[in-house]
Amino acid sequence: MTLKSKDLLGLKDLTKEEISLILDTAKTMKYVLTTNNKKTPHLQGKSIITLFYENSTRTRLSFELASKYMSASAANISASGSSVAKGETLIDTGKTIDMMGSDVIIIRHPMSGAPHLLARNVKASVINAGDGMNEHPTQALLDMFTILEKKGSLQGLKIAILGDIYHSRVARSNIWGLTKMGAEVSIAGPSTLMPSGIEQTGVKVYNTVQEALIDADVVMGLRIQLERQKKGLFPTTREYSRFFGIDEKRLRLAKEDALVMHPGPVNRGVELSTFVMDGEQSVINEQVTNGVAVRMALLYLLTRRGSSENSN
Amino acid sequence: MKILIKNGYLVDPKANRNGLYDIIIDEGKVWEIGNNLEVSGGDIIDASGKYVLPGFVDAHCHLRDPGFEYKEDIESGTRSAAAGGFTSIACMPNTNPPADNEAVIKYILNKAKHEGVINVFPIGAISKGLKGEELSEIGELKFAGAVAISDDGRPVKSASLMKKAMLYASMFDITVISHCEDLELADEGVMNEGYYSTVMGLKGIPAAAEEVMVSRELILSEYTGTPVHIAHVSTELSVELIRNAKKRGVNVTAETCPHYFSLTDEACDGFNTLAKVNPPLRTKKDAAAIIEGLRDGTIDIIATDHAPHHLDEKNVEFNIAANGIVGFETALPLAVTYLVKPGHLTMEQLVHKLCVNPSKILGLSKGSIEVGQAADITIIDVNEVNTVNVAKFKSKSKNSPYDGFKLTGAVYYTIVNGKVVVREKVLL
Repeated sequence: MTLKSKDLLGLKDLTKEEISLILDTAKTMKYVLTTNNKKTPHLQGKSIITLFYENSTRTRLSFELASKYMSASAANISASGSSVAKGETLIDTGKTIDMMGSDVIIIRHPMSGAPHLLARNVKASVINAGDGMNEHPTQALLDMFTILEKKGSLQGLKIAILGDIYHSRVARSNIWGLTKMGAEVSIAGPSTLMPSGIEQTGVKVYNTVQEALIDADVVMGLRIQLERQKKGLFPTTREYSRFFGIDEKRLRLAKEDALVMHPGPVNRGVELSTFVMDGEQSVINEQVTNGVAVRMALLYLLTRRGSSENSN
Repeated sequence: MKILIKNGYLVDPKANRNGLYDIIIDEGKVWEIGNNLEVSGGDIIDASGKYVLPGFVDAHCHLRDPGFEYKEDIESGTRSAAAGGFTSIACMPNTNPPADNEAVIKYILNKAKHEGVINVFPIGAISKGLKGEELSEIGELKFAGAVAISDDGRPVKSASLMKKAMLYASMFDITVISHCEDLELADEGVMNEGYYSTVMGLKGIPAAAEEVMVSRELILSEYTGTPVHIAHVSTELSVELIRNAKKRGVNVTAETCPHYFSLTDEACDGFNTLAKVNPPLRTKKDAAAIIEGLRDGTIDIIATDHAPHHLDEKNVEFNIAANGIVGFETALPLAVTYLVKPGHLTMEQLVHKLCVNPSKILGLSKGSIEVGQAADITIIDVNEVNTVNVAKFKSKSKNSPYDGFKLTGAVYYTIVNGKVVVREKVLL
C-alpha cells in the first residue's frame, strides 16, 4: 500500500488507511531513531527542500533531521533571505525549486491553501508544514502517533482540545485525523476564538474547559498567540488562564492516566500551568521525538511512491 | 436599411405586450410593432420560437477603463456585454483615476461613443478619490453624464457622510448606490464565515457585515426621506430588512447578482479563487432567500457586478486573490437556469429585473420597445443548453467559476440603437 496523492496537504484529504500506514511506518522510524547509528539509506539520491515563509524552530529542524537521518540532500529556503523578498510569486518560486530537481518541497506559509497552490504547479511532492489557519498535518500525525504509543489505539478515546481553536491549524488537522481514526473529540475555548460551524466536523463543542475535560483520555492545549489579545479576542492572559488554562485541579477532571499534550511552544502559566506541563502526565517532550519519526515515515512513503511511478 | 424581426414572442411589460409580434426598425429606432408586418429589401430576422425582449440593462459593472486596461477596457467590456444581451450598462467609478470628477466621466462617455458597441452610462463616485471623506462634485458629475453615484468596492464608512450624500444627491435627482459592508466586522475576511471558511482555515466575512450596513442605509434613507439603492444583496437578513423597509414606505431599491442565487460558499472549497467575490458567496439558505426576494419584488434588479481580473490576480494564494467574477456572458443563462426554468420567475418578471427596473432606478429611457424610441432589443432562446467555456468569452478576463457548467438559455441577437451587434449568437 502507498499514499494516493503525490502530496501531503492535509489530513482532511487522507483516508483512515493512509493515516494508519503513516503511523505504522513511523513505528519503524522511531526504532531507527533510538539506535546508535541514526542513518538509513532510504532517501539516498533524493533532495528535500524546506521553503518556510514563517518562523519555525521545531518543525523545520525536525524535517531537516528526518531528511538527513535518511541520507537525503536537504536545503533550506527562508522567505526573508530569498527572491521571495523581491516579490516573486509562490508559483514562480516553486517552479524554480522544481527545475533544480527537488523531490520533496516542505512548505510553511502564513496563508491557508498556499501548499495546495504550490502542489498544483510543481512536479515535486509537497508537504504542508503549516498553512495559515488551515492545517498542520505532520503535527497532528505526531500527536496521533504519541497517543497511539501510550494508549495502544485511538478508537473510542476521548480527546479534549482546548484554547484558540479559531486560529489553530493544529486543531483542524487533529480534528480531521482523530475523528477519522474513531476518537471522540471535544473542544472548548473562548467563544470569540471558536470558529463558526466547527460542530459540523463531528466534534463536540463545550462552553467550559471543565465540561470538555471530564473523563478525557488526552488533554491537548493550544498555543495562544499573545497578539490576539491586542485584537480584543480575550481581555488579558490572566483572565485567559483563569478560565481556560489547565492547572492540576482542572486536570483531575480528566481520567487519571490522561495524557497532557501541547504542540509548543508553551506560554507557561497561560495555557498550561508549569506543574501540568512538567508533570508526570505530560508527553510534550516525547511529541518532539515522535515528530522526527513521523516526518521520516512521510518522506519515505512520498519518495517511494515517486520512484515506483518513474520506474518505467 | 430596415430590419424586420418576424414571429418572435415579445415580452415587454412596460408597453403591456406579451405575445407574438413583428417589429420594424428603421434609422436606429423602432418604427412599427404589429402583426404580419412586411418590408421590402430589408434585413429580415426570423425570431420564431424565440423571445424578443427589450435590451438588457446592467446597473452594476466594472469596465476597468481608465487605469486597468489589462483587465478590461471599454471596447472589450462592451463587446462582452453585447454577447450577453446587454444593450446598456452602468459602470462603477473605481477606475484609476476614479470617476470622481467631470473629466473622467467625459473620458468614459467619449471612449464609449467611439469604441463601445453598446450604450455606456458611467456612475460617479460618492466621495473624492473613493476615500469616504468628502463628497465629490456630485452636481458636476450629474451634468457630465453620470447616472448614479457610488463608492462601490468599498463602503462609505461614515454614516454622516452617507447622510449628506443622500441629501445632496437627491437635490440633483441622481441615484445613490451603496456597497454595504462594515469593514470592522468583515475584519479582513476573504470568504463567507461558516463551515467552509472554518474547514479551510480562511478568515470569514459574517453576513452581519453586510446586514449592519444595509440597516444603516435603510435608517438613513427613512431619516432623510431620500432614495437609496442597495448593491449586490447577498444575505437572507438583508433581504428581510429591505422587505420590511419597503413595507414601511422607505424609498429603497435593491439588486442582486447571478452568483448569489446560483452558487454558495461551497464553491470556494479547494481554495478556488474563481469563487472569491465581495460580498462573498453565502449559504444555501441565503441563496433561497435571494430567490424569494426576487420573486416577491423585494429585489428589483439582477445586475452582473461584472468584475474582470487578470489571471495573475487569481492564480495566487486565496488570501491575496482579487475579488470578482466576470458576469456579462453568463447572466442570462444563469437567470434562465436558476430562476425561470425552476418556475421562480416568469419571463415577464425577468424582464422587469433585467430591463425595466434598472432603467427606472437609473433614470434611463430604456427597458422597453416603443415606437419612436432607440431600438435596443435582445432575442433569446430559453431552451438551448450550452456548456460554459470561458476561453470563448469576449471579455479580456476569464475569471468565472462557471466554466464547464451546463446552462440553459442563449442570446441570439443583440440590437443596439437599431444596429445588429450579435447575429445568430455571433458577436459581429
